[in-house]
Amino acid sequence: MPRMTGLTIPEVAARYRSGAATPTQVVEAYLRRIEALDPKLRAYVTVTRESALARAEAANRRLKAGTPAGPLDGIPLAIKDVICTKGVRTTCSSKILETFVPPYDASVITRLTAAGVVMLGKTNMDEFAMGSSTENSAFFPTRNPWDLTRVPGGSSGGSAAAVAADLAAGGLGSDTGGSIRQPAAFCGTVGLKPTYGRVSRYGLVAFASSLDQIGPFARDVRGAAMLLQAIAGHDPLDSTSTDVPVPDYEAALGQSVEGRRVGIPNEYFIEGMDPEVEQAVWVAIEVLKGLGARIEKVSLPHTDYALAAYYLIAPAEASSNLARYDGVKYGYRAPGNKDLIQMYGRTRAEGFGAEVKRRIMLGTYALSAGYYEAYYGKAQRVRTLVRRDFQQAFERVDLLACPTAPTVAFKLAEKEDPLQMYLCDIFTIPVNLAGLPGLSLPCGFTQGGLPIGLQLIGKPFDESTLLSAAYAYERATPWHRRVPELA
Amino acid sequence: MAEPKITLAEVEHVARLARLDLSQAEKERMRSQLDAILTYIDKLRQLDTDNVEPTSHAIPMVNVMREDEVRPCLPTEAMLANAPERASDFFRVPRIIEE
Repeated sequence: MPRMTGLTIPEVAARYRSGAATPTQVVEAYLRRIEALDPKLRAYVTVTRESALARAEAANRRLKAGTPAGPLDGIPLAIKDVICTKGVRTTCSSKILETFVPPYDASVITRLTAAGVVMLGKTNMDEFAMGSSTENSAFFPTRNPWDLTRVPGGSSGGSAAAVAADLAAGGLGSDTGGSIRQPAAFCGTVGLKPTYGRVSRYGLVAFASSLDQIGPFARDVRGAAMLLQAIAGHDPLDSTSTDVPVPDYEAALGQSVEGRRVGIPNEYFIEGMDPEVEQAVWVAIEVLKGLGARIEKVSLPHTDYALAAYYLIAPAEASSNLARYDGVKYGYRAPGNKDLIQMYGRTRAEGFGAEVKRRIMLGTYALSAGYYEAYYGKAQRVRTLVRRDFQQAFERVDLLACPTAPTVAFKLAEKEDPLQMYLCDIFTIPVNLAGLPGLSLPCGFTQGGLPIGLQLIGKPFDESTLLSAAYAYERATPWHRRVPELA
Repeated sequence: MAEPKITLAEVEHVARLARLDLSQAEKERMRSQLDAILTYIDKLRQLDTDNVEPTSHAIPMVNVMREDEVRPCLPTEAMLANAPERASDFFRVPRIIEE
């Protein structure tokens, strides 16, 4: 029997086209892998076995009739449990939404369904996407497929681990401060946060509305390009989605890196970062140079302030967005209340975990009377400075290259102090504040066998340049072919 | 010791605003954690931002308008399906008006 798993998205699609495999065979093989291996990894919160088999069957028929729904017809994906799926429980890995079944699909799900994609299940995450390790899930932590004693990163740790461990051909995550790119780096997959406004947020449970963006995970760059193609574009249901033409991302992969100006931001190579990460990233930059890129040093002087600004802006927006969880319309309600105010306070105290409460408190404080200008207003002004840094750099270069995270995957329970956890995202957060596209791809392994991520940052709506540079790098290096042993 | 950035009384006030019934132990822990985070955030004061406009959205956009037309919406049953408690076509909550 031909291989049904361990393939990239374009490889699966090619087997469907040639008739070497059918969606049912591939989906059944993935469901068997999930059954065998997910008890160790715990990437999935919900596995949608029956609907997956039914959709695979429908894809079989379309492919057999020669009328595929598109290049992704029958491709099995893992979807982060923050994206609403009609009739399928969507928990945000929170007790407060543990039983919530959305009455509608997110726009990305509508698009992927129309493209023939098969959802295998919903993946674990830090509660409400707040965290960098997936340990903040109210249900259970997910483990890193390269070392089960380590975290997969977060908040989209379930999708990253599922894709890295080949429990799905690809997946979707969301990224507010690095939640796609950092777990992609920790798990050794490709992860792309598109430009703010590139992909509709309709049906994405809101964390910080001016920063959130949905994006793909895949084991190769072409797979990520194909997924982005399917989900990108203006959506009238999300007024912050931008009406900018969507280019042909797969066609863009053919663009040469020759002559491209790649900026290396000084501020992204700091004291205290893992020397093996720093070394691998410099070697990756040499590879880009060898491919004809022109390497230039640039400065993003306000980088050191981005994290502080983010931890006012994101919690402020979150405190407002999460006000909707009141025990009235959906989700958990604390029992036995004498009045409405008590019901709100107890429902939220019992329904939210520690990190979510911390962010709600921080955000409410930053927005409260007397502190608004000193904290929230100040942070918004600093956001302008961070954004200007990038604008000035992009006057000289076409893209930036730097580490995705200062370290590789750390041990479970290693970071107990909230601030230490926040510092995991110092290289990814500025990109969200500026609304730019960012991509992480594997650029090596530590001596201990843990993956290292290279981050590429682009101009607004210029995902094509990121994908083409990433693709050229991937073709010149072996890292994406290495797979974790999970027997 | 430096002046605390946030007091227990402020934590209690903010928790009330956020409708979070925190236990005494949670309040104490929250106070010291928020204190550490706010101390870190204080580094923003080093920057002169007097002549810098605030950014609320990274991608500049003006008001997005559409025609004010009636469009289909989800049926009542679908909207009530997740209700913790319902009474006929309404969400049921504890009594808010005295008898």
